[in-house]
Amino acid sequence: MSIRPHRILPVISLSLLALVMLPLEASATVTTWGDSLLRVLSLQDYNTRLVVFSTTLLGMASGWIGTFLLLRKRALMGDALSHACLPGIGIAFLIMVALGGSGKALAGLLAGASISGLLGVGAILIIRRTTTIKDDAAMGIILSVFFGLGIVILGMVQELPGASAAGLESFIYGKTASMVQQDFNLLVALSVLSGIACILLTKEFTLLCFDEAYGRAMGWPIGKLDMLMLTLVAAVTVVGLQAVGLILIIAFLIIPAAAARFWTENLVRMLLLAGGIGALSGWLGSSISALAPRLPAGAIIVLVTAFIFILSMLFGIRRGVLPRAVAALRLKRKIGRQHLLRAIYELQERASVADGSAKFNSRITFASLCQHRHWTHKAVHRLIRKAKKEDHIEHFDGAHLQLSESGYGEASRITRNHRLWERFLIEHADIAASHVDRDADSVEHILSPDMVRELEQQLKSSATPSSPHPTGGKH
Amino acid sequence: MTSLAHETIHAAAHEHPADVPLAIHDLTVAYQRKPVLWDIDLNIPEGKLVALVGPNGAGKSTLLKACLGLIPLTSGEVLFYGQPLRKQRRQVAYVPQRESVDWDFPISALDVVTMGTYNQIGWLGPVRSKHRALARQALEQVGIADLAGRQISQLSGGQQQRVFLARALVQDARFYLMDEPFAAVDAATEVAIVSLLKTLQAGGKTALVVHHDLATVTQYFDWVILLNSRIVASGPTQTVFTAENLRKTYGGNLSLLAEAGHALSQLGRPLS
Repeated sequence: MSIRPHRILPVISLSLLALVMLPLEASATVTTWGDSLLRVLSLQDYNTRLVVFSTTLLGMASGWIGTFLLLRKRALMGDALSHACLPGIGIAFLIMVALGGSGKALAGLLAGASISGLLGVGAILIIRRTTTIKDDAAMGIILSVFFGLGIVILGMVQELPGASAAGLESFIYGKTASMVQQDFNLLVALSVLSGIACILLTKEFTLLCFDEAYGRAMGWPIGKLDMLMLTLVAAVTVVGLQAVGLILIIAFLIIPAAAARFWTENLVRMLLLAGGIGALSGWLGSSISALAPRLPAGAIIVLVTAFIFILSMLFGIRRGVLPRAVAALRLKRKIGRQHLLRAIYELQERASVADGSAKFNSRITFASLCQHRHWTHKAVHRLIRKAKKEDHIEHFDGAHLQLSESGYGEASRITRNHRLWERFLIEHADIAASHVDRDADSVEHILSPDMVRELEQQLKSSATPSSPHPTGGKH
Repeated sequence: MTSLAHETIHAAAHEHPADVPLAIHDLTVAYQRKPVLWDIDLNIPEGKLVALVGPNGAGKSTLLKACLGLIPLTSGEVLFYGQPLRKQRRQVAYVPQRESVDWDFPISALDVVTMGTYNQIGWLGPVRSKHRALARQALEQVGIADLAGRQISQLSGGQQQRVFLARALVQDARFYLMDEPFAAVDAATEVAIVSLLKTLQAGGKTALVVHHDLATVTQYFDWVILLNSRIVASGPTQTVFTAENLRKTYGGNLSLLAEAGHALSQLGRPLS
């Protein structure tokens, strides 16, 4: 835990700002698609630069606040909020027209959107508090009703004589809009502000998301913190209305955070990663959609995010599917190898008891090995093949086998660990001897040298103890 | 009546209200018009380890939550050291039920314990190394300092419970409210919790503990509250924890096992 959000996050935002603000000279005529891709990705068009930069910043901010939204299990609340923005856009337009404006001032539209979005959230909370309707149903109701209302209002606005409402519907799916400097300033300011709020409130939001009741008992204003968090979500949502659209903005809030979770078990790292993934998707997505202006920008951005999510799901080092599968396979192999070596050791032990000789690395038969633990011939052949690769088996001719020097050492070590663990379970936990073997089986494979030393101390034994139950066969 | 006048009256009504860690007057709590707690009147004396005992659904957790202001009171009043909770936050620490949070949360044991210092840090301030040092100390006190960096889902149930206890310890309060700290923990953790409780008591602190294992009540606690929507009995364990009172508390629901456990404990034979 050496990463501190207070130090690192501002540095990242500032360097991104510097990158984009670099005065890049617009290049000459563009001929090929590759050229134009390069042009877009390197932000050489002034307008593209504004759009791409604001979307990148939005991605970062929504990654951060989305992490908390996800951890608070409020993902659907974010979706309801964004859908509930639509009526506000139409109403804000009407008010601005009535006041004599063009009705399309972005600040006014976004203010309307955020107000109606938060009203929608408020309505959900009221339904939850006053009725017995559950959360998911309340959210479904508010989401669809507000969205329907918004569609109706937008439809009516289009019919309005003298007002040109064209373009309002682009808030639904998102559009690679041409952007004026003023709008750009507004969006960047909102993203930066909500980002800073997230950084400053990391501690408070952690408390809110992890243990609300405890926070309340300590005297923190949990209700207000909750509203503050939803307000930040609303801020990020309205910033994203233009680029991503209100239907798909939820993806920007949830997917980067969900993808980041596969890579880390640490909240601060998760925030950093989610911000990074959000920024990367915003940058790539808006760049691609600048090249394909006919496709809805929101959809493209979501697809880019989804691609990163799938990669994280597969390869994420902490919770990804493949790393987990590999770890499980490794453990399975290790257990198989240890079972084989212990079975051989036990057979040798039995032989030495039978003829009264001292225990040594004697030769055992393949058949007795199979019988010892009720293994199939095929399974034992496979185990032997693996053990041979590790030089644990010196000789195997199909009927007899003998361990190598190192294999014999390993076998006695494994058997000893197993028995120490068994004896520990018997002496220090009330488990019947007949149940011990199975429990010991699962733990002995992961005993570290430190744990073994502690076992020896507790049991005051350093020799290999004898088995507390008859060996052979599965108990 | 202003709240100030109200408090003055209560201050006059009790001899040393500031010495009483927890005083509850006429408390009633109802969930959707169905009363869960009825007319609770309770005084907990300072320096006691208090068990709150009762059958499932008796309102044990609800009583704790009502005291902490986590659920609205239908009527009544709760005073910590003679004052309402909002004036005594620093004196009161809460250990919620272990199942009340998502242990899959991406933070370490140390981070959870650090939450106990948040009031000390205040709004917007960052967690500093001295706060982490305090948290580490608390983890040492509950015997799992070596697990400080572990993500909380990789801890056993007993270890998770100890993390919660450490988080309350780091607050350095005078009064501890613990909701089922002994629920589903391993034997080692049970021993650790008991010795922790004794340490707290030796330091002059008071603890109110929701407890479900009747067999260990006499062993661990010197004060007991028997609750079943109403207070059935409350007082020193020797006088209050009787078979008669238990039958009143549990009605016909006292299982044979619990009764046997109680009988054993009365014989003075600790069940280990």
